[in-house]
Amino acid sequence: MEQVVGEIVVDPEDERRAAFEVLAREQLPRLYGLARRLTNHGTEDLVQECLLKAYRSFDTLRFTEAGPAWIQQILVNGFRDRLRKEARSVQEVGVEEIDHISLYRTIAEEDPFPYSDTLHGDFLAAFGNEDVRAVLMRLPEIYRAPLVLRYMEGFATKEIARMMDTPLGTTLARLHRGRKLFEREMWAYAEEAGLLDAKEAP
Amino acid sequence: MTERAIPCSDAVSQLWDYLDKVLSPEDQALVEGHLAFCRRCCGELEFAKELRSFLASSVVDEVPPDVKERLERFVDEL
Repeated sequence: MEQVVGEIVVDPEDERRAAFEVLAREQLPRLYGLARRLTNHGTEDLVQECLLKAYRSFDTLRFTEAGPAWIQQILVNGFRDRLRKEARSVQEVGVEEIDHISLYRTIAEEDPFPYSDTLHGDFLAAFGNEDVRAVLMRLPEIYRAPLVLRYMEGFATKEIARMMDTPLGTTLARLHRGRKLFEREMWAYAEEAGLLDAKEAP
Repeated sequence: MTERAIPCSDAVSQLWDYLDKVLSPEDQALVEGHLAFCRRCCGELEFAKELRSFLASSVVDEVPPDVKERLERFVDEL
């Protein structure tokens, strides 16, 4: 139904569409970035599916300020559904296989930069943003997703359990394993990519 | 120190959960009690904090121009 405001005729459907476009355009970098952290295939498709679902259910968004979190949740839902559809049987990593891993200790013991006074900080500084993504992509998705959502996107563990539709205990266990695997893969990647050779003796 | 001590391996495996404050109050206290006297685990704790900040600061939300153009066109055509 059209409303007449002064001489201007405002179509609610046009208003709705305009509001959606503002939200979608504002959130594009965030959605694309999030999708790239979650997966290394079909990233753009994931964002498109998210935009389509968000557009179709835009009426359910009651408060504009909740828009960013709402649309990110739609993207995570899409990612979760895709994981289910692909139905790959992912072998859960046994905690005993990885619990001994400590990147802190490995760096101290291997001492990759013997002239450094800030060994651990220098190790992290050797990684660019794309290196971090490459390490994340070495993790099975079931471990990568909680790690990304917790420590890169800042969601609380309870929210992650709800978003991924997994019990809180499973979410916490996967976070724990994800962190250990991330530490292991950071060291392995640094060795393979030559990041540890970067520092010359003074 | 708390009534029960825990070994370094237990403290280290719970450090991130300790920082996330998702441990039970008893376990939270046990880790804290361990950290009060174990210098090596304090090093692990500091590194865990560094690694968390490092992950948070690695977030880049940029869209390559060609992808941005395609996605914006997609929004227009919805």
